[in-house]
Amino acid sequence: MTDLCSLTLKEAIEFAKKEGAKPLVDAFQKRAETLNPKINAFLRMVPGTAGTGSGIFRGVPVAVKDNICIEGQEVTCASKILIKHVPPYNATVIEKLKNAGITVSAQCNMDEFAFGSSCETSTFGPCKNPWDLTRVPGGSSGGSAASVAADMTLAALGSDTGGSIRQPAALCGVVGVKPTYGRVSRYGLIAFGSSFDQIGPITKTVEDAAILMNVISGHDLKDSTSAPEKVPDFTQSLKRDVKGLRIGLPKEYFIEGIDPEVEKSVRVAADLYKKLGAEIKQISLPHTEYSVAVYYIVAVAEASSNLGRFDGVEYGLRVPAKDLREMYFETRDQGFGHEAKRRILLGTFVLSAGYYEAYYLKGQKVRTLIRQDFEKAFKEVDLILSPTSPTAAFKIGEKVADPLAMYLSDIFTIPANLSGVPAMSVPCGFTSSGLPVGMQLMARPFDEATLFRAAHTFEQETGIYKKKPKL
Amino acid sequence: MTYEPVIGLEVHVQLKTKSKLFCACSTEFGAEGNAHTCPVCLGWPGSLPVVNEQALKLGIKAGLALNCKVAERLKFDRKNYFYPDLPKAYQISQYDMPVNGRGEVLIETKMPDGKFVEKKIGITRAHLEEDAGKLLHEGIVDGSLVDYNRGGVPLLEIVSEPDIRSAQEAYDYLTALKAILQYVEVSDCDMEKGSLRCDANVSVRPAGQEKFGTKVEIKNLNSFKMVQKAIQYEIERQIAAIEDGEAIVQETRLWNDTKSATFSMRSKEEAHDYRYFPDPDLVAFTLSRELVDGIKKTLPELPLAKARRFIKEFGLSEYDAYTLTEDKKLADYFEGCVKEGVSAKLASNWTLTELLAVLNEKKLSIEASPVPSQKLAGLIRLIEQGTINGKIAKDVLGEMFTSGKTADVIVKEKGLVQVSDTGLIEKAVEKAIAANPNAVAEFKAGKQKALGAIVGAVMKETGGKANPKIVNEILQKKLQN
Repeated sequence: MTDLCSLTLKEAIEFAKKEGAKPLVDAFQKRAETLNPKINAFLRMVPGTAGTGSGIFRGVPVAVKDNICIEGQEVTCASKILIKHVPPYNATVIEKLKNAGITVSAQCNMDEFAFGSSCETSTFGPCKNPWDLTRVPGGSSGGSAASVAADMTLAALGSDTGGSIRQPAALCGVVGVKPTYGRVSRYGLIAFGSSFDQIGPITKTVEDAAILMNVISGHDLKDSTSAPEKVPDFTQSLKRDVKGLRIGLPKEYFIEGIDPEVEKSVRVAADLYKKLGAEIKQISLPHTEYSVAVYYIVAVAEASSNLGRFDGVEYGLRVPAKDLREMYFETRDQGFGHEAKRRILLGTFVLSAGYYEAYYLKGQKVRTLIRQDFEKAFKEVDLILSPTSPTAAFKIGEKVADPLAMYLSDIFTIPANLSGVPAMSVPCGFTSSGLPVGMQLMARPFDEATLFRAAHTFEQETGIYKKKPKL
Repeated sequence: MTYEPVIGLEVHVQLKTKSKLFCACSTEFGAEGNAHTCPVCLGWPGSLPVVNEQALKLGIKAGLALNCKVAERLKFDRKNYFYPDLPKAYQISQYDMPVNGRGEVLIETKMPDGKFVEKKIGITRAHLEEDAGKLLHEGIVDGSLVDYNRGGVPLLEIVSEPDIRSAQEAYDYLTALKAILQYVEVSDCDMEKGSLRCDANVSVRPAGQEKFGTKVEIKNLNSFKMVQKAIQYEIERQIAAIEDGEAIVQETRLWNDTKSATFSMRSKEEAHDYRYFPDPDLVAFTLSRELVDGIKKTLPELPLAKARRFIKEFGLSEYDAYTLTEDKKLADYFEGCVKEGVSAKLASNWTLTELLAVLNEKKLSIEASPVPSQKLAGLIRLIEQGTINGKIAKDVLGEMFTSGKTADVIVKEKGLVQVSDTGLIEKAVEKAIAANPNAVAEFKAGKQKALGAIVGAVMKETGGKANPKIVNEILQKKLQN
């Protein structure tokens, strides 16, 4: 049965056409039962009519991050404050998956409220990297990436606010796409940084990512930030051809502190593109160095406001107390973990009277400069290539005490969220100790098609994706 | 020393939309608790707001009626604070890019001598925001309940400049504002149902001083009269405090109507830091000129313009013109009468006094009047033609309310046609004179009032139908003989 679990989404669809999806669902169920106690990638299995869907997907199973609302099913954001919270409605992406005939089979572990890069802040305990169980899978969509890497599911959805899809995809050796801001509806995604958040696929192959992007993309009247842009058939862009593509290497992304093995893998990838007929150019994104600072001002400001609603009044945890004020204090004190509290405090601070101009407003201005960096760069090149993360997977506990070091693991992924451009991580090699390395591709807004074309070409040329962790 | 009060008002009106500002839930008043709620207006995690286009249009329409500069680009902001009636822990409002910028309202304010003086009250801004829910404490022992039906209902907050100088002016401004908003049909402005709410900022300064005094915000004002009373109280309280050498503290005070006084609620130090910032769920957007111009074209004649036209065109008194135009439906009713060709003055008198008296008594609104304007005009025409006199006309009006018949029919059926036959009246007069020798003697001794008793007797004799003009003529003639 392990055979079935190693199928790609594309292969599974073919299988289900002939045999139905029931054997697939059963196989994954069984594998999850064996592996999840070790990896902790899934928080819950979703009960229901598994494997009986219609449409082209015939009920094949896909897992989703535990911050995407499923009607009648507990959704927690891996936070104590939301335990037993049952949304009365489906997120738009869940509707889309269901309408396509996909079975939503499991809910994935994550950093609490998506605050983190290691999946260690989950109230349900850390998720582990299938390539080395002593290491983190990355975060915040660590459970989504780990479950795909461990063949516990065909594919998964994650969410990406500052790299939360791409960084764990890189650390787990799978494909992760952060679509253009506005490409995928955020309706039903429990918000972290509303002007950054995007839902995207984490998959075994680029083709699978394109297939899922076809399902989840599109304008949604329920989300005012969703873009009324036409959605192309992304699978049409899966051509093994990069001739004439102009690919930029931003000099600010190849800096000190980056793991030499990671840098080397990406440089080798650039050489391969060159060999295949792409034009490789050195470019500059001059405001890159401010990205992390700006992100940790603007995103946490939004987060502090977004998380105000977890106050014990309507849903989630309520700690009874002698009066309303104490109830708020106790509920939020006991309900939120350290990192959530840190970000709520930071965000509250930067929005406070007297600090707003110096922090939030200044941050927004720099964000505009960063966006302009990309606009300029994309006049010269069609794609930007960089490492996804400065290092491969780090040890569990290694950065817990050092939030700044943790924040820097998103240094290459944050700019795409600040500017809204689409970006993806594709496996591009392994370190000498056998840990996966990912490279990041970024494209013009709404040009995910070019990402898929370049990523698919690389993947098919190298076949790196075929290597699996030993479990 | 004399002091000058400086007053600014913050008025919240509920926009007359079918659905809420950011979701499709009904805005209907009085439904069962939490019947009109959904994940969006309950602020459930993951839900997102979408701007109600109708609310935006009504907001623009109100702004245009208040002569505001409508924004070219606008955005929504989050006002963050914790309270159980606010499910998201922030209210979606507009901070620095409101839909409506500077505007003004012309009011006619009644001076102590009864004369009307025109005054311009500046509007600082009028912005869109969502309402909060409602806390229920009554009958609950341990805790409170929250009803979110009102949460997310669209409001327009209209902030006036500190241009108001007396409690009366504040009252007149509110009356004018309400009339305008009702004319353009953006709000019911019903304080009882909470579709109009008002907070007042009051300060005083020595007459002639340019710098404003320290302002105090007054809340819990549930009627225009309460606003007037509370402002008057606060002006007097502040003057008395200053005279006593006390400093006015910047604070929020609550009006207590039973005690007819304001009481401190919270000081400036306790004021919230709302941490306003642009709502990332609702990106800033541009209003097309076509949209705004299109809305402008739908604006009706506004109350003050209408009043001035009534004065000019129909020769009405200022008082009558302002009273009639306070309510568009009343003004329309009056004009409906006039259109039938009857005297405007009679139409105004009959609408404002007799008709409204009966309507008030029956607790009916003008639009629910069983006597439409054409029928009232029919009654007025009978008076003008001398067919009936005013006294009979009042009875006929009462009959019109109950039977729904026209004045013509009632007068014919009941034989109420005025008696103008001089022969008949002469006989009645002679009889009355004979029956009231005392009154006759008093009149002849110079007491004009005594005539009333004799006229009354004539009327009684003729069943109230005698033409009073002819009665008078004949009586004068007879008594002078």
